[in-house]
Amino acid sequence: MKNTKNIAPVLKINQLKKSFGDNHVLNGFSIELFEGENLVLMGKSGSGKSVMIKCLVGLMQPDNGSIEIMGKDITKLSQNEFNNLRTEIGFLFQGSALYDSMTVQENLEFPLRKQKRTLEDTNKLVQEALESVSLANAIDLMPDELSGGMKRRVALARAIILRPKIIIYDEPTTGLDPITAKEIIQLMRNIQKTHKTSSLIITHDVDCARVISNRMILLIDGINYAEGTFEELSTSKDEKIQAFFK
Amino acid sequence: MITSIQIVYTLKKLFIEIGEISYFAGRFFKEVFTRPFEFKELLRQCYNMGNRSLLLVGITGFILGLVFTLQSRPTLLEFGAVSWMPSMVSISIVREIGPVIIALICAGKISSGIGAELGSMRVTEQIDAMEVSGTNPFKFLVVTRIMAATLMIPLLIIFGDAIALFGSALVENLKGDVSFLLYFNKVFDALKFSDIIPATVKSFFFGFAIGLVGSYKGYNCTNGTVGVGEASNSAVVFTSMLLFIIDFIAVFISDIFFEL
Repeated sequence: MKNTKNIAPVLKINQLKKSFGDNHVLNGFSIELFEGENLVLMGKSGSGKSVMIKCLVGLMQPDNGSIEIMGKDITKLSQNEFNNLRTEIGFLFQGSALYDSMTVQENLEFPLRKQKRTLEDTNKLVQEALESVSLANAIDLMPDELSGGMKRRVALARAIILRPKIIIYDEPTTGLDPITAKEIIQLMRNIQKTHKTSSLIITHDVDCARVISNRMILLIDGINYAEGTFEELSTSKDEKIQAFFK
Repeated sequence: MITSIQIVYTLKKLFIEIGEISYFAGRFFKEVFTRPFEFKELLRQCYNMGNRSLLLVGITGFILGLVFTLQSRPTLLEFGAVSWMPSMVSISIVREIGPVIIALICAGKISSGIGAELGSMRVTEQIDAMEVSGTNPFKFLVVTRIMAATLMIPLLIIFGDAIALFGSALVENLKGDVSFLLYFNKVFDALKFSDIIPATVKSFFFGFAIGLVGSYKGYNCTNGTVGVGEASNSAVVFTSMLLFIIDFIAVFISDIFFEL
């Protein structure tokens, strides 16, 4: 694991709290994601991973705590400033979330709409993003003509089209067969190498975590219960930690 | 047996819903005048709503005119007033029956369609994906759909009215040997601005209600695929109810203005 002590994090979540009535989902959750790092976050279903992501990308307001992206506290930004900051974050949704009524090309062009780019430039970016996920020939297809793996790859291409500095992966291999899952993991590694992105990966997939993680955090009872490398955590004697690796 | 608690609960739910729809409408008016304007998406929605409803509205209008004339004919014949048929049919269709029936048909097709489309976009996180990419999904999805419905419903109503009058003329031509020219001369003689203007103005409100309720139900859809069905269904029910309320208010207001 690289020494990150003196580097400013690109993403910092500090003491995040979120409750729904009496259900305290996040109880002071904190993480730091550093440049070029692949941080894997694991937790049981209902442990608050999705709530944390929603708070992170502004789809939900936290009750307490701060979220800093590239040194900016998102809770203090105006909507326009936050929308501009969002271009620095790529998001791969669990269900791909491709726009059904648009072709693959239109799906990829969508995040570029607000940027004043020439048609040629836009087409070039779309082509490059599709080539990076090996789907250049699917440009005119509709989402319902794609397989699950292809959808995930197109969604990945859409997530990287703005060349974000941070990519958040929400269960990137869930629902895929083992071979396609491996292909997606390989693509994630390639993207990290090519674009030097920092990645926050939420997953249940131990194989995915083993292959891709530089560092791991286990989210239990709304707090970061344990932190370390895959080797450190997988050899832990703690029963709660071991439950993740059985 | 319905208890008073159930009635209070239902009324409370209804008032909360009315409040939320009013807030949603307020947000629409706030966003509709601010940049960026989504003209391309607006045109796409106008095409989807207008062009794809044309056949349904045409068939409905034709049958409406046909049936209305066939049903009225024996009574008018009995009183020797069959020559009043074009006037009666045109005023009835243009002022009331055409706008209401066609708006109800559009509530079934357009409002439920918007509810189902936006609802499924919500449950499959497509709306979240738009927001995360820095686009305002309310502006892109909701404002364009409400605007398109507000613009296209009046056009569909005019089209439906015209087809209904043609259906009526066809019956008169076949059963009463009245030429199309004579029939439409009588139609235009009978129609006044006081018949056309209130009907046209209220059709804009019908369109707004169809777009607003469908968008509200779909945009705030929860509970997975079951929620999508509920959003679509309740969009039709609520829109239909709203159309009758708007119609009542429109008739009441036009009665005050045009009677004076």
